[in-house]
Amino acid sequence: MNLPFFAPVTAVLLIPICSAALLAALPGYRLTARLNVVASLATFLSALSLFVVERPSPGPYVLIDDLNIVFIVLNTFVGFTTSIFSASYIAHELETGRLTPVYLRFYHAMYQIMMFGMNLAFVSNNIGLMWVAVELATLTTVLMVGIYRTHAALEAAWKYFILGSVGIALALFGTILVYMAARPVMGEGQDGMVWTLLVERAANFDAALLNVAFVFLFLGYGTKVGLAPLHAWLPDAHAEGPTPISAVLSGLLLNVALYALLRFKILLAANPASIAPGPLMVTMGLVSLIFAAFMLYRRRDIKRLFAYSSIEHMGIIVFAFGMGGPLANFAGLLHMVMHSLTKSAIFYAVGHISQIKGTQRISRIRGLTVTHPALGWGLVVGVVAIAGLPPLGIFMSEFLVVSSTFARQPLLAIVLVFGLLLAFGALTLRLTSVAFGEPRGSTAPADASYIPMFAHLALVLGAGIYLPAPLVVWFQHVAQLLG
Amino acid sequence: MHSLAFDISHTLAGGLVLISLMMLYQDRLYSLLNVFALHALVLSLSVAWQAFIQDAPHLYVTAVIALVFKAIVIPVALHRIVKQLGIHRDIESAVGIGPTMLAGMGLVALSLVLMLRVTSDADPLAREDLAFALSVVLLGLLVMVTRRNAVSQVVGFMSLENGLVLAATGAKGMPLVVEISVAFSILIAFIVIGIFLFRIRERFDSVDVSALDDFRGERR
Repeated sequence: MNLPFFAPVTAVLLIPICSAALLAALPGYRLTARLNVVASLATFLSALSLFVVERPSPGPYVLIDDLNIVFIVLNTFVGFTTSIFSASYIAHELETGRLTPVYLRFYHAMYQIMMFGMNLAFVSNNIGLMWVAVELATLTTVLMVGIYRTHAALEAAWKYFILGSVGIALALFGTILVYMAARPVMGEGQDGMVWTLLVERAANFDAALLNVAFVFLFLGYGTKVGLAPLHAWLPDAHAEGPTPISAVLSGLLLNVALYALLRFKILLAANPASIAPGPLMVTMGLVSLIFAAFMLYRRRDIKRLFAYSSIEHMGIIVFAFGMGGPLANFAGLLHMVMHSLTKSAIFYAVGHISQIKGTQRISRIRGLTVTHPALGWGLVVGVVAIAGLPPLGIFMSEFLVVSSTFARQPLLAIVLVFGLLLAFGALTLRLTSVAFGEPRGSTAPADASYIPMFAHLALVLGAGIYLPAPLVVWFQHVAQLLG
Repeated sequence: MHSLAFDISHTLAGGLVLISLMMLYQDRLYSLLNVFALHALVLSLSVAWQAFIQDAPHLYVTAVIALVFKAIVIPVALHRIVKQLGIHRDIESAVGIGPTMLAGMGLVALSLVLMLRVTSDADPLAREDLAFALSVVLLGLLVMVTRRNAVSQVVGFMSLENGLVLAATGAKGMPLVVEISVAFSILIAFIVIGIFLFRIRERFDSVDVSALDDFRGERR
């Protein structure tokens, strides 16, 4: 199908950037919060239309292929549901005076610029442009993490900023090295940065230079994924910023960085003489998983707890992609989608809970299922899902990761299962104390939007019970692309 | 036998590494800022020279950005911040000068060995440029690691970034160099504003945060 006046790629980029300008200019939060939702919905719909409209052929800047279309749709969908959550969340922040109307305008504009940056990173076919887009998305989230202007928030933003910038600087050095490696084959200029052309001719690149480049890219983008020794910014940034931002940080921004890494992994796989990125990714993934699983036991702040859980799941995903092969890649992709949906749903619940209780301390939150049944049970389902229990979607993807690992590397599988069980224990321990027992803290009724949370949980549950065949075929195809 | 063009760009890139090393042993904030201004000046000369020998006029834009923004505007702004906050006397390296210098030399050696080995069939100009650029990047990281003060961490980050610009201009014909240097300049501007807010907040913290806590009920 081809529509003459409608180009979805342009729409996915233009809608956020135009609405950002509009939102920065308009006063009045009711209006702007609704506009934010409408703009996000429009972006999501145009992303969906990518499935039916004929794709543009890859140009020097824009590429739409089977791999990134999944990410764009997921990104815009979670962006849309988060904007609904954000509208009710922010109303409460305004009432309590944590945010003023001026900051709110800034917040909404930044939200759309962030969506623009992430979408741009996904559609870009140019490794330099991809870098600029990731940097833009990082910058906007830094500004939003620090939006409360408290000491803790500023410190978190500062840490995120410095570590994120160093990461992004290393990624740029890696990008330059890729260009240098490609130059003898591709010639000077534009072509040496275009990803599709690079992959086509990667077999002739200088393997040694490509290897060094990948190490830099892995460290650089890996910092943004939140892999273990480089994760220090992540818990602070998640805990101190507004909760809608925690939701998109965990659900989306980590995916953006991982997506960039996957593109470079495909590039390296196309060159037979270069190192296999697999072992490096497997090691870092396992280290992140085990480390985060241990850290989960000692968290006292509920948002920090789920931030560490994000590190854990990113570890699992990187591990799966590091193992490679059709099954593990399939599992990794599925896990990425399931994690984004589940984690953002959990943050929606946690956001409202911490607003009602006026605290993020786990010890001051008790008996949620009694006082706030909808929120409490939503959180229970979310945590059950994130801990990897059947019949929810994450169980299925974790099961696939574990079984494919057992088939090929039983020893690694033991370590993996150990980490999973450890995290499972920590999460159930915290869950029982928060969700059940004698109620504690404020019991004021929640003025919450439950639709985004339950929509996500329903999707996760649906995927756990039955994956539609076209989706499976699609993911299998993408898994093959990933090599 | 090398050409004059090669020698000049070699000298400028080597000069950047030397100035990066100089940064390691500055223990006063003002002198650190002055050395950084020199770093940015040499960078802009180096980029302009590359623009000339590669016949790439767009690189002049990068050179001008480096000169105006990084050699003048940012150091002046940081000077004022340091003065207003009254932290110019701070001696604030976390590690002694001796070990830092040794580590710095080690990093330079490491990057030369690594880069010269893996780029054996690139052209000699780009090859040495890349090796020097990696040294500057690593030395910038070292500055960031060994300093405690936010201002000097930023100076470390900016010198790291100068190394990246050096690498990008040395990679002949690389597109988007100007865009990337603009992106970086915006990033740095934000950082400088960030420190300002951060440090101001740190100083007047007690008043503000307690007011906030009263307002919204204790948080943690």
